[in-house]
Amino acid sequence: MAHIALPDESLPGIVGLFNFRPETAGPLQLLAETLLRGESPLTSGERELIASYVSHLNDTHFCHSSHGSAAMAHFGYDLNLIDDIKNGFEVIEVSPKLRALLHIAGKVQKSGKAVTDEDIAAARAEGAGDKDIHDTILIAAAFSMFNRYVDGLGTWAPQENEAYREMGQRMAFTGYVRYSVQADAEEV
Amino acid sequence: MPHIPLPEHLPGITGLLEYSRLTAEPIRQLTQFILRGENSLTPAERELIATIVSHNNECRFCTAAHTAAADALLGETETCEIMKRDIDAAPVSDKMRALLKIAKQVQVSGKAVTQEAVAFAKEQGATDVEIHDTVLIAGLFCLYNRYVDGMATVAPTDPQFYKGLGQRLVDYGYNRLPNGYDHLKRQNQPT
Repeated sequence: MAHIALPDESLPGIVGLFNFRPETAGPLQLLAETLLRGESPLTSGERELIASYVSHLNDTHFCHSSHGSAAMAHFGYDLNLIDDIKNGFEVIEVSPKLRALLHIAGKVQKSGKAVTDEDIAAARAEGAGDKDIHDTILIAAAFSMFNRYVDGLGTWAPQENEAYREMGQRMAFTGYVRYSVQADAEEV
Repeated sequence: MPHIPLPEHLPGITGLLEYSRLTAEPIRQLTQFILRGENSLTPAERELIATIVSHNNECRFCTAAHTAAADALLGETETCEIMKRDIDAAPVSDKMRALLKIAKQVQVSGKAVTQEAVAFAKEQGATDVEIHDTVLIAGLFCLYNRYVDGMATVAPTDPQFYKGLGQRLVDYGYNRLPNGYDHLKRQNQPT
């Protein structure tokens, strides 16, 4: 059970929190939309991978699985490749540039101070520009917030990948702003 | 030196928020509501949460800025100083001490928040919304601190800079200034 009394305990992860506090749900959803589906030199699939990877490092199952599912939806990959994110991307095709950016995201997950000039230079050597670097660091920082929000309030999360299939499709193709709270309640 | 070129007259977070105004907008909206919107926690109490998280993340810029904002709202500097050394000794309410401890756990990890810490805060009179907002503020400053330090932004060393910034946060909050920040260019010219 969550640490606070949510109006609908059946809603998993951040969805139950959006329902609890609509005043903060608005900007949080807009932030996810802008970061993951707005303008960026990185594709939405690549950005969802960064989000899912950071969430995995934070051990936040809900965010890892839902954003992993969104990434698979963007790439047209099988849902179960979500697990490959935990295994260091052995199957999912990751460009050298994205690999360097994922390394930076992993540093941000630990601390902003862990990012070194060498990490940045390595990403630039693989073709990353200012905006790639900026967006990667901000996505990793934002998921350091989202993950803490979801886990810090003790929300629950479905275990199986399958439970995230439709959620990921919706996150990928409908987006985050018109995210229907009720739809998730029916699904899980 | 920042990892990407940023406006030199805007150190710390401000330069980042101006560099990427599209992503800045929801971050500013969230911050304005959660730190300044209607709430049973005062703006000063909420700035203390921002300060303790930034302090524990060792983010120099955010710690100095939010310490200055909290100091300005409280009218003294003692509370922040003591809180950073020892939450239990801070001259705040029992409820605030309990919430600051939850914030400190969130700084470590969402999973570090204990049932006991939450139950204790409730015993001290904290409401569910207050606990929610504490966790979200602490999460938000984990975002800010990583953004500011991950991009290696400049943190001025002059304490006067933060006094001015803290006062601006008290006077104008967290929305983008209606006329932007060009007026700050002049102030940074060598005199």
